[in-house]
Amino acid sequence: MVDSAIRVGTANGAARGGLHRLMRRKSTIAFFMALPLIALLAALVAYPAGYAVYLAMLSKSMERFVGFGNFTFLFGRDTFWQVVYQSCLFAITAVVFKAIIGFVVAHFVHNIPAKGQRKWRGMLLVPWVIPPAMSTLAWLWLFDPSYSAFNWVFDHIGIGRVPWLGEAAWARFSVILVNVWIGAPFFMIMYLAALKSVPDQLYEAAAIDGASWWQRIWYITLPMMRNIIAITALFSLIVTFANFDIVRVLTAGGPLDYTHIFGTWAFRVGIEGGDIPLGAAVSLFMVPILAVAAIFILRDITRRGSEV
Amino acid sequence: MANTAVSVGGPTRQIRYGSVSRDRKRALIWSYVFLVIFAIFFLMPPVYMLITSLKTSAEISAITNPWWVYNPTLENYVSLLTSPEYLTFFWNSAMVSIIVVTITMVISVLAAFALARMRFWGSATLATGVFLTYLIPETLLFIPLFKIFAFVNELTGIELINNWWVLLFLYPTLTVPFCTWIMIGYFASIPKELDEAALIDGAGWMQTLTKIFIPVALPGIIAATIFAFTVSWAQFLYPLAFTTSTDQLVLPVGIITTLIKGDVFNWGQIMTGALLGAAPPLIIYAFLMDYYIAGLTAGATKG
Repeated sequence: MVDSAIRVGTANGAARGGLHRLMRRKSTIAFFMALPLIALLAALVAYPAGYAVYLAMLSKSMERFVGFGNFTFLFGRDTFWQVVYQSCLFAITAVVFKAIIGFVVAHFVHNIPAKGQRKWRGMLLVPWVIPPAMSTLAWLWLFDPSYSAFNWVFDHIGIGRVPWLGEAAWARFSVILVNVWIGAPFFMIMYLAALKSVPDQLYEAAAIDGASWWQRIWYITLPMMRNIIAITALFSLIVTFANFDIVRVLTAGGPLDYTHIFGTWAFRVGIEGGDIPLGAAVSLFMVPILAVAAIFILRDITRRGSEV
Repeated sequence: MANTAVSVGGPTRQIRYGSVSRDRKRALIWSYVFLVIFAIFFLMPPVYMLITSLKTSAEISAITNPWWVYNPTLENYVSLLTSPEYLTFFWNSAMVSIIVVTITMVISVLAAFALARMRFWGSATLATGVFLTYLIPETLLFIPLFKIFAFVNELTGIELINNWWVLLFLYPTLTVPFCTWIMIGYFASIPKELDEAALIDGAGWMQTLTKIFIPVALPGIIAATIFAFTVSWAQFLYPLAFTTSTDQLVLPVGIITTLIKGDVFNWGQIMTGALLGAAPPLIIYAFLMDYYIAGLTAGATKG
């Protein structure tokens, strides 16, 4: 069936029409091969995404069309602005620290002899491999108000106990810390791959010219890795911004909504609070930031594509 | 390595003989010191999970050193592995992940082959679209999907919510775009001469795919499979929103909703459950680390 469509040998004997039909057959086969993908993405990604916009314009009982009512309601609520602030704060701070720690660790791994690198790399990527909901449980236990293992250490070295998840500022710090812990190994792996692609001759030339350690990083390593740094950071920004697992398990938004981000607040309002349209409206506010990041990533990818 | 040899001490120009190797040694020692510090930071939570999982409840609530096990016991492991509830979670997770991985690989290998080799109308746009859907997070989709499923229930009477198999429709939305994307990359890197030769020898498109592309791109397929498995095993939001009764839960949600009862935290069991739940991806990672890392760096994964 499929095979008979592509008797290339017979094509030279056939007229132009035959060749044309052949091409059409090929593209038809290709279309059918991609059809499951198209159906999946259309039904379960594109349609819900579009439906969310309509859903966000309904009243709580979903019987009345209220236009931008839900959005204006959100604008009037302090909690909403708090969620916007916290989402941005968490995403930006966490990504910056992930990037810095990832870069530093990648450098150290790159510095040691090649045969030991595999072992270290394997060990340092473990946080990324463990399902986030599971590892966040471990952090929750480490932060426990009465049995915190960190506080036990702090008690013994004479620093006071820390209310890890009990106070707004500390709870925010803890959420960012767990985010960084999970995400930094990914940056490390990406940067390590990028570091390996920087030709050694550049460093040798710089060393002969008397460049210092810092100058070599600033003038060789960073420019050579600029693309990877940018794309990794953008990806991470999207994921951290749209995160759910960590905040949900660690604080569930508390204390007093001080750690809610878009994902967890939409869940609270939409699923737990039963106000599906309002929840949809909340999650739609992620779109502008995601869209900006996506545009930059796409630009980078098409640029890289045209370079090859 | 050449780069470690260069002076760490800053821009001092008076370099004496012998100092290069001494500087190299010092840089190496500092690298190891910092790596050990970072390794402690990165490995502390899983190690602490292990420590807690070996303790009895009495030892956990006693005021002793939390970082040490005085009376190690496998009690928690035994009670979890004999609890039908926990085994149901494990079974549900395994079923969902294995079926989702299969669905994902079939859909994405077929689509990637079509997109990488056989152009059709709109195929370039579709490739970009696949990548864009990869950037759409599940936190944006779960509310409309929830409503759509309720609507389907009203319309057809099929109860989609609170059934574990509904996850079989949901997880591919997270795995397929990325797997297709990296498979397009792997397929595109296969030299055109190879499939042209197959075509000349009379192979059909399906034969070209199964006899040439899949074997040649096997590392990519392994990487994509690992990715799909890890994502479906770890997914938390969808099962939390779409399943509620205990016999339908998957592992992450099951541990969090059943082992945490009100304010009573049975931490020994929670840590044991979480550790066992983290085990499958960790074991796969331990054996197939190179494929795992190749998959990560190939497509610039979510991070």
